[in-house]
Order: sequence, then C-alpha cells, then structure tokens
Amino acid sequence: MKGEIKRRGSVQLAPENFLTDAEIQKAGQARRKFMAKALAMGAGTAVAPALMKNVLAADSGAIGEGDKVILELPEHSKSLGQPVAARGYGLPSKWEAPLQRRQSPGLTKVPQSSVSFCPLQGMFGIITPSGLHFERHHQGWWDIDPSKHRLMINGLVKTPKVYTMDDLMRLPQVSRMHFIECGANTGMEWGNVAVPTVQYTHGMLSCSEFTGVLLSTLLDDCGIDLKKAKVVLAEGADGSSMTRTIPLDRALDDAIVAWGQNGEMLRPENGYPLRLVVPGVQGVSWVKYLRRIEVGDMPYASKDEAVHYMDLIPGGQHRQYTSIQEVKSVITTPSGGQVLLDKGFYNVTGLAWSGRGRIKHVDVSADGGRNWKRADITSVVLPKALTRFNFSWVWDGKPAILQSRAVDETGQVQADYRALRAVRGTKSIYHNNAIQSWLVRESGEVFNVQV
Amino acid sequence: MSRFDLPRHLTAAIINVVIAVSAGSVFASTPTKSSHPDFGIGRPATLAELKAWDIDVRPDFKGLPSGSGSVSHGQDVWDVKCASCHGTFAESNQVFTPLVGGTTAEDIKTGHTKALASGSVPQRTTLMKVATLSTLWDYINRAMPWTSPKSLSTEDVYGVVAYLLNLAEIVPDDFVLSDKNIAEVQKRMPNRYGMTTEHAMWNIKAKPDVNGSTCMHNCKASAEPTSYLPEFARNAHGNIAEQNRIIGPVRGADTTKPPAINAASAAANAPKTEVAKAAPSMALLTTHSCVACHAKASKVVGPAWDQIAAKYRNEADAEDKLVAKVMAGGAGVWGSVLMPPHGQVPEADIRQMVQFVLSGAAN
Repeated sequence: MKGEIKRRGSVQLAPENFLTDAEIQKAGQARRKFMAKALAMGAGTAVAPALMKNVLAADSGAIGEGDKVILELPEHSKSLGQPVAARGYGLPSKWEAPLQRRQSPGLTKVPQSSVSFCPLQGMFGIITPSGLHFERHHQGWWDIDPSKHRLMINGLVKTPKVYTMDDLMRLPQVSRMHFIECGANTGMEWGNVAVPTVQYTHGMLSCSEFTGVLLSTLLDDCGIDLKKAKVVLAEGADGSSMTRTIPLDRALDDAIVAWGQNGEMLRPENGYPLRLVVPGVQGVSWVKYLRRIEVGDMPYASKDEAVHYMDLIPGGQHRQYTSIQEVKSVITTPSGGQVLLDKGFYNVTGLAWSGRGRIKHVDVSADGGRNWKRADITSVVLPKALTRFNFSWVWDGKPAILQSRAVDETGQVQADYRALRAVRGTKSIYHNNAIQSWLVRESGEVFNVQV
Repeated sequence: MSRFDLPRHLTAAIINVVIAVSAGSVFASTPTKSSHPDFGIGRPATLAELKAWDIDVRPDFKGLPSGSGSVSHGQDVWDVKCASCHGTFAESNQVFTPLVGGTTAEDIKTGHTKALASGSVPQRTTLMKVATLSTLWDYINRAMPWTSPKSLSTEDVYGVVAYLLNLAEIVPDDFVLSDKNIAEVQKRMPNRYGMTTEHAMWNIKAKPDVNGSTCMHNCKASAEPTSYLPEFARNAHGNIAEQNRIIGPVRGADTTKPPAINAASAAANAPKTEVAKAAPSMALLTTHSCVACHAKASKVVGPAWDQIAAKYRNEADAEDKLVAKVMAGGAGVWGSVLMPPHGQVPEADIRQMVQFVLSGAAN
C-alpha cells in the first residue's frame, strides 16, 4: 500500500496489491458495478462486508464528502415507525437471524433424540436468551398443559405427596442464575478436532435465571427420612420418563424445582411447566417435565447413568454417575469459523464456569499457551453460573493461537488436552473441559485446532 | 421401588391428616425437624397414584413386578415393535447405536467386557456397557417402543429383555426370564464389574483427578497445532458465514469456498450474509414427525424423499396415490418396514408435503 493510510488497513488487501494490470482493470470495473449496486441497496449494510471494506480500503481516504448513510437520510429517519404491541410477544431484529440453535449434522440420526447447540459465537454477557437455550431431548419435546401437570414426591418420606402447579407456585421461592452444561459438551473433540465453531464445540451450554422452590423445602414438607436417605431419583413426564439419580448432598444443597426462566415461564423445549435445576451438575440431571421425585437409599442405575452418560477411562472401566461439571472456559469471539476484519485492537471475550462454585480468575494466551495474561472479569461472579471475561489484544496480523484458562474458587485449574488425556484417555465422550485453542491465520480466518 | 412400602406410607399419611383435622388447624405440626411452618399445601398421594407412576426398578430389583417372559415371546414382540429401529438381531446401526455385539463367553465369566479395554470393537454396544440388568428392564418398560412408550405388557418386557440376553448368548434359546431368576442372570452380565464411582464428579468432596498448570511465562517451548478440522469437513456444518452476525469485529467465514491462504484470497471469500429460510413444507414435515423416519437424501427408517421423487417421477397420479398412502399407511413398497397410517394429520398438510417431496424437497 502506498504511504500512510489514515484508515487502518484492512487485512483483506486492496486488489492493487496482488493483481496484474489486466486484473486490476477488471477489478476496477467490478468495483464500480459493486458500488453502484451497493448504493442502490441503501449503501448495502448487509452485503458482503469484507468486500465493502476492501473497496473502501482501495479508495483509501476517498470517503469523499462523507459516508452516504450519514449524508442521505434513511427511510427510518424520515417517516413514521410501527405502533406499540405490533408484536404481542417481541422478536429479535430480523438482522439477527443468523444466530440460531443448530444441529450438528451426523451427530444423531433422529431429531427427537438429539441436540441443538446454542450460538455462543454471537452472544454477550452471561444470560442465554430463552429462545437460544440449547436443547437436548431424549424422546421429543412437548408443550404440556400446566393445569394438568403434577409433581409427586415419594420413597423414604413420611408422607408421599402430590402437588399441582398452583400448590408449588404458592411455596417460598428463590430466583438464582446458574449455568447448565450437557455432560457431553465438547465430547466430539476428545480425540481430535471434529467441528468448526464454538457453537458446536461448546454450545451445549446456557445460563439462565431460574425461579422455583428449593427441592429441600419440598423434601422437608414431605418429611424426608434423613437417617436412611442417600439419593433422590428425578423422573420426567414425557415419553422417555427420563430418570437420574442425584446424591442427597446435591439435592439438599441448592437444587430447585423450577418453573421460571429469565422472568417468564420455562420454554417448552426446556421442560415447561416444571424442571429440576441441579446447579453445577450436568444437564441430563436437570430432568424436564418433572413429574416425580423419589427418595432412596441407593443409586438407581437408570439408562442414562448405566448405558449412557458414563465416562470410559483407560483400562476399560466406566466412571458411573459422573455429575459435576468441572472448571472450564472458552473464548467466544474471535472463535472458530470467524474472520477478523482488520489488524489492530480486539476485545477478546469469552465465558468461564465451574460446577464447584465461583470463578476465581481467567488467563488468556495469544501464543498457544506459552505465555499467559490475566483477563478482566466483567460480569457479576456467581457460584455455578457463567462468568464473562474480556481481554484487550492487538493483533499484528501474524498467526496467533488464542486460549483461555479458568481457575475456580476451590483452586481447580482448567487443564490442557495433554494433561486430560494422560488421565482420561480419548474415549470418555463426557466431561471434556480442556483448554480450547483458536488459530488466527494471516488471512484473518480463525480455525479450531488442538495444540 | 417404594410400592412395597406403600401401606406404611399411606398409614402415616392418613395419621397425619387425622392429626391435622383433630387439631383443627392446617398448621398442625409434624414430628419432622423443619425450618418452616407446615404449609398445608399439596396432599398425600393415593395408593393408585403411586402405583401408576412409581415404576422404577433398582439394581437390586426392588420395584420389579412379578411375572415372566420367554425368549420366543420376546422375539415375536421384537419383530413387530423393535426390529424396525434396532434391526432383527439388535445389531442395527441405522437409527440408534447397536444394542448387542462385542461381548464374549469369556466376558460373561469375568464380568468385564474385554473389548472396552482393548478398544478392539469400534462401537460400544449397550450389552458391552451395561452392568445392571435392572437398567434394561426399567428402560424398556418406561420408554419403549420409541413412538408408543409404556405400551408393553409386563410379559412383553420380560420377553424382550430375555430375547436381547439370548442374542448376546447370556441365556439359552428356551429361557424364560422371570422375577424369580433375574438375580441369577445378573451374575452373567458381561460387564457387571465395569463401573466405578471412585471419582470426584460424583462425590463433590473427593479430589479431582486432573489439575491444570498456573504457569504464566515461558510455559512451553512451542505450541504447534497437532489437529485441524479435515478439509472435507469445512462446510459440513453449513456455511458458517450464515451463522454469524452481520456486524461487529468479525464475520463468519464463507465455508462454501476453500479457506483463504492469505489476505488476498480472503477478499475473494467475502462472506455473503443472506439468511436461508426453512421452507414451510419442511416445517410441516418436522411438525408431523415425518423426519423421525425420512430424510431428503438418505434412507432412515423409510426411503429418502429423493428416492420417492425419482420413483414416481413419471406417474401422473403420483400425488393422489401418495396422499392416500400416507393417510392409510403403506404396504412395504420400500422394504419390510411398513409405513404406519397417519389419520391424525390433516389431508391438506399431507398434500402439501407430498407435493414438496415429489418436487424435489428443496428449500
């Protein structure tokens, strides 16, 4: 490029720098065509941004009189907008349509027993919009009539009881923010890189404010036999009638029988009207469409704890009843499949969480783990909730490997693949909390890699 | 499992109610230690309600209903209700992971599935993994068959479990599984000693098995990538350009094109930001669960839509014929698995979906 450029140079260089004379001429024609088209479309806010940038860079300093979108007032500045309540239940902007829950092709063969992943690559803060919360269904989802839903508590209690939703919603309630992560999150990556973006590597992760009655309140209300009780079984009302065993200390600590999610009722995909919230424990134990809690004195070895959701370790044993989600973090922007538009300053941002409590701090490396610097924690820091970190980084245009590493309040440090595989091998499927690496190439494109 | 304890519970419940009534107050105290008042909310469960919902079976077989079922009865049930998804010999990998295979007579002796340690079998089957026979009984009883869970009789469940055990050569062909002999069969489960709870993800007080390094400077000599996404998988998750916001510090890469080698080719890859919309017909196929058995390009349980479109391409009355077939059920044109009737789906919806499929099922 010639001389000093006032605008910071685009990574995607102007054609003049790499094309032959003939090609430059051709590109010039194409550019004029493109500009004409872009202008016709109202300066093309949604078209080919990198190319747009390229054009602007090529005409460096040639913004001329000024930015067309400033000089030519748009329709929304010159006419009447829409009335209140045009949408009784609001929707995201149409421009946000790319951010959707998505399936990972080939992961499952039937969509009723499958997963959709949360688009972490475009999200801010720590709360997951309910419509983007990841899904995991075992036998399809339902929208259950709440007036016909019941919760039964039985087993080692003085009085087995039945509660209606009316009953439950009269009881003392709590509202708490907690993350939920599937035990198989990042499971496809145990052996090698398998998926392109953070949506698919880490998207079985969400965080909401849940409202409900503490499970301990209900167990107390039924007269739990604390001398004999060791576990509770949670059971759903759907076709799968999902069951999971929860150790009594988790059940009595902070588990919630929840109906509220982010200020509204649970979404049907997330268990409307009632689900169990077991903070810090993998999502499969957060039984949806919760119909029954049984207090028992031994684990139940249900299908999802005796056939699935077991971690195969070297030597051939399965770790059964793995539950707690250990300390983990991931950079969400920039991340795999994204392209940096420019060299220069970036706010690297990501999420950290631990099923054992609060996040203590997060470190970020831009050289694949050789050197680390402390990131800023910029959200509230709550136990067993997502925590947002940010890190100021100036990209010099050379290849870089971005990583994050979280430490929780118990002192557990997120490990790298080498350390994890040394103990757990590569066939575990579940509980992969390894440090994630994103390779930034000179082109600005970011790739999922393992180092 | 607590159905056997019911009388005691019910008695307690009744006594409670009597106490409450005789004390003339809904706040009658209960003998349990409690940090809050008696709410007087909720009511005791009835015997019939507990019986209806308390269906779990524990590893010690508490909760198992008395009864029995033979291998041959199980096979009869299997062929009609299970084989379409799991294969005739429970070995199918078409819809779900295989149930049977990978275990040996030696495993039955040792109680450890050897292939789990050696990794000699690429896919872990259910029988290779499961340690507890109760798990199979409980799950089949509560959640199978896939589209009509909880519809099997007690004899059916015993029979299907017996059939699976027979396929894995754990019980002989003439075996009849029952509540009387199930504990004996448990002793032959190939992976019965294959589980451990010695880890810190169950007991929160245990010491975690892996801890990372807190090193901040010069932590390692080099950090070269050792694993990348294979080139052929670049676009396997759809175009990433269409999965990212259209503003901000980054865009999604256009994965319909090869990755840019340098900044120059990155310009050529300038992402487009048009957002693909699902066709309304596709939404219907999803809503009516057609996608449970059919997909556009590949056979699932039933034929691929592309196959159907190709087969009926030159038949003028194909649309009416297929609408009728979807409504009334098919007769095994595509193999041994029958298309069930779909009387619950509105005819207009069926017609739209059939038109969509015949026209190529393209969004």
